[in-house]
Amino acid sequence: MTTVIDNVNRTPPPEGPGPRSVAEAARDKARDKGSLYKPRVPIYPKLVHGQWRRIKWALLILTLAVYYITPWIRWERPGALPDQAVLVDFFGRRFYAFGIQLWPQEVYFITGLLVIAALALFLVTALFGRLWCGYACPQTVWTDLYIYVERAFEGDRNARMRLAAAPWTFDKIWRKGGKHAVWLAVAFGTGGAWIFYFRDAPTLLREFWTGQAPLTSYLSCAILTVTTYVFAGHMREQVCTYMCPWPRIQGAMLDEHSLQVTYRRDRGEARGPHKKGQSWEGRGDCIDCQACVVACPMGIDIRDGAQLECINCGLCIDACDEIMDRVGRPRALIAYDTDFAVAARAAKQPPSYKFVRARTIYYTVALLAVSGLVGWGLANREPLDLHALRDRNPTFVRLHDGSVRNGYTLKIANRTFAPVAVRVDLSGVPGARLSTPGERAGLAVETTVPANEVRALRVFVTANPTDDEASLPATFRVTGGAMSTDADTTFLTGAETAP
Amino acid sequence: MSERERDDHTGTETTGHEWDGIKELDTPLPRWWLWTWYGSILAAVVYWVLMPAWPGLTGYTRGILGQSDRAQVVQDLGGLAKQRHAGESRLRAATLQQIEADPELQSYAMQVGASVFGDNCATCHGAGGAGAKGYPNLRDDVWLWGGSLDAIQHTIQVGVRSGHPQARGETVMPAFGRDQMLDDAKINDLTEYVVALSGRKADGAAVARARQTFTDQCIACHGPAGTGDVSRGIPNLTDAEWLYGSSREAIRDQIWNGRNGVMPTWEARFSPETVKALAVYVHANAGGVAEPVAPAKTVAAEGVLAGAAGR
Repeated sequence: MTTVIDNVNRTPPPEGPGPRSVAEAARDKARDKGSLYKPRVPIYPKLVHGQWRRIKWALLILTLAVYYITPWIRWERPGALPDQAVLVDFFGRRFYAFGIQLWPQEVYFITGLLVIAALALFLVTALFGRLWCGYACPQTVWTDLYIYVERAFEGDRNARMRLAAAPWTFDKIWRKGGKHAVWLAVAFGTGGAWIFYFRDAPTLLREFWTGQAPLTSYLSCAILTVTTYVFAGHMREQVCTYMCPWPRIQGAMLDEHSLQVTYRRDRGEARGPHKKGQSWEGRGDCIDCQACVVACPMGIDIRDGAQLECINCGLCIDACDEIMDRVGRPRALIAYDTDFAVAARAAKQPPSYKFVRARTIYYTVALLAVSGLVGWGLANREPLDLHALRDRNPTFVRLHDGSVRNGYTLKIANRTFAPVAVRVDLSGVPGARLSTPGERAGLAVETTVPANEVRALRVFVTANPTDDEASLPATFRVTGGAMSTDADTTFLTGAETAP
Repeated sequence: MSERERDDHTGTETTGHEWDGIKELDTPLPRWWLWTWYGSILAAVVYWVLMPAWPGLTGYTRGILGQSDRAQVVQDLGGLAKQRHAGESRLRAATLQQIEADPELQSYAMQVGASVFGDNCATCHGAGGAGAKGYPNLRDDVWLWGGSLDAIQHTIQVGVRSGHPQARGETVMPAFGRDQMLDDAKINDLTEYVVALSGRKADGAAVARARQTFTDQCIACHGPAGTGDVSRGIPNLTDAEWLYGSSREAIRDQIWNGRNGVMPTWEARFSPETVKALAVYVHANAGGVAEPVAPAKTVAAEGVLAGAAGR
């Protein structure tokens, strides 16, 4: 079986000539030629009007706007720090997102964000099917935008098919040429917007056009230009079907209670052409007009049931609703529905919907747990951070008078935007004296940590422990003004442990 | 070719393989996959033309871009030297004490020092500088030749018994046993005396017998109290540090064989800036105290010995 979910009673394809889904056409073509390779059958999705199309336009504008505008939002930060609200500053080794500033050591927050995104995707998929694929995935959004451009130059489905078959005239050349030019411009803008996330946008824009931007910027922009142009313009549904792992993975999140774009075969069958004035008795509502097939950007027939290729974009729902209105039958022959409800209706029972299921509960619990953890971590970040790294070679040194010295490197991070004078002391080792290179030993050492930087401080701890413990738990404490932070470590006494 | 079985569901041929009723479809690859493969072949051909690729009997095809990893390394080394120039000139201009007092410059020197130490010094002194038997521990506060920044720098430059005209180590420890300067019994007694010097329990009678031998043979260098002399690299026998081991056997062995450590001169190998960085690195890891060797123990040797004899 190649389909992820296959609990649909298939009807045999209609006999005789008539439009068939492109997937079937491709199969036939491959079969007829006896080829080892499957040619791509071009898809010409027809424009539909309706609520899902409107939602898709709105989301397209929203997501693209977020993508293109975000790097241009300014956010005042003190000193020489960048004033860009969202910036991945590799050179300065910082990640900025509005009021949040993350250091490379805190990359786990990004991990947490990705885990949250994955769990949210699981939950949404279990509840409402592939909403991500149909509405928010960049591949879908940019493909939609590219088809919009295509339509602007070449017209709707039928005009595009005619143009493809037409000889190369001036009209065809400028339409095709114009389309590719705009596609490339959009692709260039996409790649261009990407690089602004990594360097101050206004500066980089100026550098970019004066040839002074880093080579990485030009390369990244070129790579994204090419991938956008190829993926959204030429490969389209092939990316989803062949390259993306998610269609395969999402089968594990879906069950018979997940909402998906569904052809309600209980109502639609038996399908067949319908003439005006004919009775609707003893037949289904599907008039086999192929409106859902020609509207599909993936080139499939939704009436074959849930399938791997389907991205759940809902355009066939709009296409079918238009037809149902015209023939005077109720809408929603194709609708967001569950396999369970369709099966119930087919068995003449009232359909029921179940959103609270074991999987939705544990996806939710996991999502809340991880979100809570990340949120708690962000809320409780210390402006001062301390890591104590013990010297491992040698672990301890015995001095001339028999006392023992341990060396440590303290990494003191100052996440504030002002220098902080700090005092370092140690507890847990009786009689311990602290020193840094060039300074006399005392009970504590002092230093200044520059603003927004890490200061590595060598600290020696000398003690003459009297008991026979081989190691003593110890705690470094860094205090700077009202701020303080601790780091646990151990002090090795050099005493031999009892066998 | 015989007609192969077709899957009813998809219309695709099967491979004929079947496991527990599950059949494997022979789904055709998309055509663009094939193009990708042709593209890879083309890219390989282009690569052969541009880059060094095919080995021959006497050489290899060099490619029209003239890429050479060796030339690249030479160029990179040149770039590195240029990059280091700024740091090196700062090291040259500053005194050792100034380097240590400036956190940024010290950090730079420490990095240079760590790298140089790992490549050159770790062989004997250990990766962490803790030394080994016969190789001084550079992390503690006992220094045969002085532990101040300047003393460390000088030792690195000239070495110890290295053949350098200014080399340290004009004095040597005689091999009292091997060269038959003292007999077995005297060396045994002397061993007890040295054990007693460091404040440990010793055989009182042997200590008493060895007193004259110590006066005759040892105090010229180690001093009447056995506290040594840093200016000449003479070890202090009263502290807890023993280069060749603290056990009776080890001490006796050293009196018998009189080993004298050697350290090469690094003047010819390291630039003066590198020596400076290394000195700062070693000094900082040893605690970074201005004059780490504590004043020789002011314990009257006689007192200690009297106590030891009584114990």
